[in-house]
Amino acid sequence: MTMQVEVDESKCIAAGQCVLSAPEVFDQRDEDGIVVLLEQRPGAELHEVVREAAGLCPAAAIRLAELVEG
Amino acid sequence: MADTLADTANEAAASLPEYPMAREGRCPFDPPAAMRALPAERPISRARIWDGSTPWLITGHAEQRTLFADPRVSVDEHQPGFPHQSHAMAETLDHRPLTIFNADAPEHTRFRRMLTGPFTLKRVEALRPAIQKITDDRIDAMLAGPKPVDLVTALALPVPTVMITELLGVPYKDHEFFQRHGVTAVDRDATPEQSRESSTALVTYLAEAIVAKMADPAEDVLSDLAARVKAGEVTVPDAALMAVVLLIAGHETSANMIALGTLALLQQPEQLALLRDTEDPKVVAAAVEELLRYLTIAHTGQRRIALEDIEVGGETIRAGEGIILDLPSANRDPEAFPEPQRLDLTRSARHHHAFGFGIHQCVGQLLARVELQIVYGTLYRRIPTLRLATELEQIEFKDDRLAYGVYELPVTW
Repeated sequence: MTMQVEVDESKCIAAGQCVLSAPEVFDQRDEDGIVVLLEQRPGAELHEVVREAAGLCPAAAIRLAELVEG
Repeated sequence: MADTLADTANEAAASLPEYPMAREGRCPFDPPAAMRALPAERPISRARIWDGSTPWLITGHAEQRTLFADPRVSVDEHQPGFPHQSHAMAETLDHRPLTIFNADAPEHTRFRRMLTGPFTLKRVEALRPAIQKITDDRIDAMLAGPKPVDLVTALALPVPTVMITELLGVPYKDHEFFQRHGVTAVDRDATPEQSRESSTALVTYLAEAIVAKMADPAEDVLSDLAARVKAGEVTVPDAALMAVVLLIAGHETSANMIALGTLALLQQPEQLALLRDTEDPKVVAAAVEELLRYLTIAHTGQRRIALEDIEVGGETIRAGEGIILDLPSANRDPEAFPEPQRLDLTRSARHHHAFGFGIHQCVGQLLARVELQIVYGTLYRRIPTLRLATELEQIEFKDDRLAYGVYELPVTW
């Protein structure tokens, strides 16, 4: 399974939930804490924490597409 | 006929539960008994508030998530039908300018982004040594001084107050001034004159401080705001107001969590032992989330209004109807948290609504988390025999405040 992550900077409110859950995949801009995506296609070992981050995002700024390769 | 209909409507309103309800003295950590069944049985209901109006009362975790995230759900308190917190809040409406609290997107986004810089994970993590030092200093002073001691004044209030004043760049010596006016400005029982006076005193002080920082900037939030004033992004009064928001939200909330959390843990020694006996930051972090869930100190209901008709959980909320989202209830929803009435520091609780949800979720939540992790993670390890120096029945709870907590917590060891 592959996972594709998209973030919407315009929706982001810099709550910081995603960096707390998955710092390998998400970072924050220094000046205002807006999300920075580090990894568009995180490895399988990170899928669970990325799902957690997307679920906890209060502004629904993280979109995940999970594709079964075949 | 119209009269009969109106009478029927009034009778129906009179039979609805009043919100907010009082907690029982025997269960100071739990939501009121009549609220406890709501999340599972009636996650969307109605309640009667102080002005006789009957807004929707949302107690289900999933229903709250949906509504908090819906852009048709507004915080614009100028909308007719908005379910105000109190008579005083309704009366002072025209004196309250647009802030991060009562603005919808896109204005909200602009305000929010001026405030979020100091609260990134990196910035907050960098404060750990400073927070640890204040905490250790305060505990040293407790151990060296007489006992019993009031934990609120000895530790719970000073730690977040020092942090937020340092973050802002205002001198700690003014903290009593801030505490007094900060509390009055948001006290729902304060008269309109009192809350206006306090807000004015704070805004004036901070406006002067921002102007001073324009000439002589340092590495702090007031200097950041001063730079934005210089750049023409914001006016001095608006910048001062934002600083007030941070100040008020930044100290009493964490202080309440520290003292109330300690009281809850002292009632459940096996849970306190989990914190006392660990050095694992993950265990401490999970414990903090559970205490945030269990205590949910923002207990007077988040107020909103529907801008359009909204279907949620089989009900239709009509445009113009008020909505109250009761955070403590959602955090005791058995669908989201199995055995919700149990304090279990080992559970996974990060999806709690203690900081709210949606675009207005707490700006300072990462700082609050670190403060609580350090204080809970240090206090019980350094004073393992900590105990209450009075009876639980003697403790006075902040039932009347926007943020729940205890007024005093006499402890000894």
